[in-house]
Amino acid sequence: MSDVELIARDGDRVGRKDPECPLAIDGLTVSYGDKPAVFSVDTRFGKGRMVAIVGPNGAGKSTLMKAVLGIVPKLAGRALFFGEPFESVRSRVAYVPQRASVDWDFPVRVIDVVLMGLYRSLGIFGMTSKKDIAKAHACLERVGMADFARRQIGQLSGGQQQRVFLARALAQDADLYLLDEPLAGVDAATERAIMSVLKDLKSEGRTVVCVHHDLATVRSYFDDVLLINVRKIADGPVASAFNDRNLQQTYGGRLGATHIAELQQPAG
Amino acid sequence: MIGQEFVQLSLTPMLVGILASLACALPGNFLLLRRQTLIGDAISHVVLPGIVVAFLISGSIAAWPMMLGASGAALVAVLMIEAVKRFGRIESGAAMGVIFTSMFAGGVLLLEQSDTSSVHLDVQHALYGNLESLIWLSAEGWGSLFDLAALSEMPPQVGRLFVVLALVVAFIAVFWSSLKIATFDESFALSIGIPARLLGFALVALTAIAAVAAFDAVGSIIVIAMFICPAATARLMTDDLVVQVLWSAVFAVVSAVLGYMLAGYLPGLLGYDYAVSAAGMMATVSGLILGVACLFGPKRKRIAPTA
Ligand SMILES: Nc1ncnc2c1ncn2[C@@H]1O[C@H](COP(=O)(O)OP(=O)(O)OP(=O)(O)O)[C@@H](O)[C@H]1O
Ligand SMILES: [Mg+2]
Repeated sequence: MSDVELIARDGDRVGRKDPECPLAIDGLTVSYGDKPAVFSVDTRFGKGRMVAIVGPNGAGKSTLMKAVLGIVPKLAGRALFFGEPFESVRSRVAYVPQRASVDWDFPVRVIDVVLMGLYRSLGIFGMTSKKDIAKAHACLERVGMADFARRQIGQLSGGQQQRVFLARALAQDADLYLLDEPLAGVDAATERAIMSVLKDLKSEGRTVVCVHHDLATVRSYFDDVLLINVRKIADGPVASAFNDRNLQQTYGGRLGATHIAELQQPAG
Repeated sequence: MIGQEFVQLSLTPMLVGILASLACALPGNFLLLRRQTLIGDAISHVVLPGIVVAFLISGSIAAWPMMLGASGAALVAVLMIEAVKRFGRIESGAAMGVIFTSMFAGGVLLLEQSDTSSVHLDVQHALYGNLESLIWLSAEGWGSLFDLAALSEMPPQVGRLFVVLALVVAFIAVFWSSLKIATFDESFALSIGIPARLLGFALVALTAIAAVAAFDAVGSIIVIAMFICPAATARLMTDDLVVQVLWSAVFAVVSAVLGYMLAGYLPGLLGYDYAVSAAGMMATVSGLILGVACLFGPKRKRIAPTA
């Protein structure tokens, strides 16, 4: 399917508020300076799907996630979660930032980090009840980190930190999970542990969207894929969208010129 | 009676030192974790031009115009730092450096050019404050602490700092978990609806208020020291934020009390017949405690280079 066809298909959906659709993005454009980091991206993620966002470094994958969540301002476009603006369905969405964006030297323990996932259900002084702590423990249990509850987070390995972040997201008990590189820098065993948790989420009917770098595992781990490099290259089921031509375009050198040329041609 | 002399001459300067140290040290914990400690430094520098301008406009050195001028200058500085960061696209340390040195230099220039020689508005005052002069003559002993008439004649700095400290404590207590989350992981904080940037701005505003109130009483040396030293020392003692904040309060109080006593008695013990600046000594003690913690603090290993 050509880009023009994709856009036409997406255009059909514009303005439709579908409460079943966990996330619909229309014309999303984000810029930090003069050059856009994300340009006019339209896509929609389906309920109960495992979705990979794939693209080279600097492609705007993290920026896309942050923009739909209102963490960085959108220049244009919009994102609807379950047919609503993000602010009204915040508690149904869990976000895990890229691990490098956090100060791991911060003086908190593992259990405190997981409790942050319960913030919205705590009182104003952030008092935690026995029930909250039990819930946080259960989340740590699910990612195999229960024994580390009282450790300072800086004393964990990268893979363990990643699992604690996942536990925090689990504590949020969301319907849509947006995870920025949950498998970055983890070993094979941790990767299996994380993937099995994500598959459980999926089997519970939740939607999981991961920024993912390992092209070799896209086919086996995910249902759908969004290929981006500033612009959307392709999206849809892995079986059809994750092909050589699209990958070539996503990672290819002279992407800008060829892409613009294609856009200017009429569909055919 | 020794009690009366102490209450008259030493209690209030010590109290002012303690209150000022606490008001700076508590927000200092969050500034430290946000790698923003320089902002305390920046604010205490820009207070000088604010005070000079306030004097030039109002023609008096009464406390309120001074505080107003200082707060105004702090606000201008914070906005300018943000502007330089945004439009100059440079990192915040450099932006702060540019703004506060130029504003401080501007203040010194203004001070020299204008006719302020008739009043007590000089660089030394700006650095060390006038802690020793904050005596409480109407006190007749410890009992005066419960005597409203005597209390009302306490130096006004005590009351002002008390209010500011209460404000600081209330802010930190009310926004504790939001502050913690926003400082640890800003993106996540924003995603769950914590107004992290607004909180960051409020923290800086609070820092400015603490700096201005403390500056008036104890000068900028102690303000800069107390924003950094107690929190940095406390960080070396623990890996728990609550415990860190409590330690920082302990170190702030110990620095103030020990600093005051050493300033009064140390030169005498060494055979000199003068006292040294109490504010300067408090700052020195806070630095010394930090030095000791660097050598012996239980969590000092975390500053070792990571492999
Ligand atoms: N805070 C920022 N200020 C300015 N430019 C930024 C900022 N964050 C990202 N960028 C730029 O925006 C572009 C997209 O960055 P982004 O982090 O979204 O990429 P990414 O696809 O997540 O890359 P990676 O795979 O390395 O994580 C990059 O060119 C980056 O340099
Ligand atoms: Mg990224």
